[in-house]
Amino acid sequence: MRNKVDYSQFPDDTGHFGRYGGRFVAETLMEALHELNEAWRTYRNDPEFLVELDTDLARYVGRPTPLYHAERWSRRLGGAQIYLKREDLNHTGAHKINNTVGQALLAKRMGKTRLIAETGAGQHGVASATVAARLGMECVVYMGVEDIKRQALNVYRMRLLGATVQPVNAGSRTLKDALNEALRDWVANVDDTFYMIGTVAGPHPYPLMVREFQAVIGREAREQMLTDHGCLPDALVACVGGGSNAIGLFHPFLNDSEVAIYGVEAAGSGIETGRHAATLCAGQPGVLHGNRTYLLNDADGQIVETHSVSAGLDYPGVGPEHAWLKDIGRARYVAVTDEEALRGFHDLTRTEGIIPALESSHALAYVTKLAPTMRPDQRIVVNLSGRGDKDIYTVAALEGIQL
Amino acid sequence: MNRITRRFQALRRTGRKALIPYITAGDPRPELTVPMLHALVEAGADIIELGVPFSDPMADGPVIQQACERALAQGMSLRRVLDLVRDFRRTDGETPLVLMGYLNPIERMGYDAFVAGARDAGVDGVLTVDLPPEEAAELAGPLDAAGVAPIFLLAPTSSGERIRRIAQLARGYLYYVSLKGVTGSAALNVAEVADKLAAIRTHTDLPLGVGFGIKDPPTAAAIAEVADAVVVGSALVAKMGELADNPERMRREVAALLTAMRQALDRVRAPAALTD
Ligand SMILES: Cc1ncc(COP(=O)(O)O)c(C=O)c1O
Repeated sequence: MRNKVDYSQFPDDTGHFGRYGGRFVAETLMEALHELNEAWRTYRNDPEFLVELDTDLARYVGRPTPLYHAERWSRRLGGAQIYLKREDLNHTGAHKINNTVGQALLAKRMGKTRLIAETGAGQHGVASATVAARLGMECVVYMGVEDIKRQALNVYRMRLLGATVQPVNAGSRTLKDALNEALRDWVANVDDTFYMIGTVAGPHPYPLMVREFQAVIGREAREQMLTDHGCLPDALVACVGGGSNAIGLFHPFLNDSEVAIYGVEAAGSGIETGRHAATLCAGQPGVLHGNRTYLLNDADGQIVETHSVSAGLDYPGVGPEHAWLKDIGRARYVAVTDEEALRGFHDLTRTEGIIPALESSHALAYVTKLAPTMRPDQRIVVNLSGRGDKDIYTVAALEGIQL
Repeated sequence: MNRITRRFQALRRTGRKALIPYITAGDPRPELTVPMLHALVEAGADIIELGVPFSDPMADGPVIQQACERALAQGMSLRRVLDLVRDFRRTDGETPLVLMGYLNPIERMGYDAFVAGARDAGVDGVLTVDLPPEEAAELAGPLDAAGVAPIFLLAPTSSGERIRRIAQLARGYLYYVSLKGVTGSAALNVAEVADKLAAIRTHTDLPLGVGFGIKDPPTAAAIAEVADAVVVGSALVAKMGELADNPERMRREVAALLTAMRQALDRVRAPAALTD
């Protein structure tokens, strides 16, 4: 008999998934993390907190999201049946709000009056500004100046919602630098400020807490499959930037060893070109942003710039739980190029009348390779993590069209 | 005995407080670093903290971030920092040198290679900003065994339990971060620092250094009243950035600022001198 890992038992009390995760921050942040962890432990099983969270998810976010059978697309690919978990139908258009609604409730209970966040594509920034507006809290979103240029629409959305978008001019002027700057803000303002990290990265307890808030995706999908078909899916597919939509879908299935799991990273112009963001496929273990995980860094341990057509996947790290799942072989991580992702974007749009986010299009592109290798009686659940409205300008520009 | 411990004992005997300047290795240009280190010694440095540039210095304010960027743009790396230390040691076998930086370059080099490299180059202490005690055993143990002091930060928010835990792992001195913020932040509160240092002293006999936010001689003197060592970083690094194009003037002005701090510190006499 084989010793089975019980995935629900990870991370351990100190936030470790095997050798990954943990808490690698300056002493100036340790007390704040301790305070956050205590609050999280107090409320994560508190019935009142959970009722309020469920109510918000139902009435404000619009959950449960449908599990949609993409019949025409499945037939066209000529293999497994494809089911889309429609996170694009959430309020604000992506899975990010599952997490910000949860963290905001925690912030409120901790008596914090100011929310800060980092953002790359702007989706997490918008989701943060949205919950801040609803709770009447001050909100500051850190964003690299390169991303501000690329994501003007979301910058304006955040400002409409009353948030301050704070440009970050350091380093590569993208998401990783925004995260550094948010951590610096937090160190200086720990008394009244709650830092909402937008993915399953950062120091413990963020990878755990964000996973728990996102796991509603997988819990619903699992129940929907069982209700509709009486069985579990054969495979799960999700894109991986920091890894929150992916772990949200995967986690409730980790103990179901018969379910194959695929995380899809951004290969940009191709891994061999060096212009990519495929951290798990091409990186090494290291330490960044408070946790040990796979990173894209040079031979001297300096973090390198990443490249992807999708700003939300443009991150040189990845959540530590994915690093662990890769090493122990429970999930497989693959990468698709910008070009393949764009094909996935157009395929779904034309075949099913759903315009997906460029991030999610990476998962779709992998499905176009995976489905034909499977039988028509097998099922794939793919996380459609967001809608593509925010990406219309990028796609048009790539086709030489000015909107 | 480690140079750091020897230096603190000598200071204690003469009733003086330690002055610890920080500069970033390779900033503004790699070839200026070793001459700058010697100039700092001449201007009155007792110990020097040499920053190892990192692409993502999350505990540093804009001044040191920009210094890191300047140094990295010139190809500075952990390996080359060790070369600079070796170079410095050719003519200075006395002044303790502490590397201050982030963990990832050390992870990438490998702990064993780093510990051996640091020891052989003549490094006396290593302060890894993003390595709290919970995660530090794997690096702190081998450093200590090699005679290189693992140095740790304490913060205004550190609880008594944490202070005890950190003091157990730490060697050389403890570095108290004087305010809630990043390097180069605004004014610190001397009375608060004094209170916290008194509390820390109930847990440890290690010398206590104070840094973050010490910009001018009067603040340095006020802190020296209550601490064993005063760390000055951003104020020096800002000058180096401003005068990057004029190395001669840069060296002169940085040395002048440090000399002024030295004089301010020397007007403060350690109480130990009266009783020893
Ligand atoms: C729609 C969408 N999907 C995926 C991601 C990637 O983040 P994660 O890997 O944490 O889900 C983003 C990030 O902005 C996003 O907006």
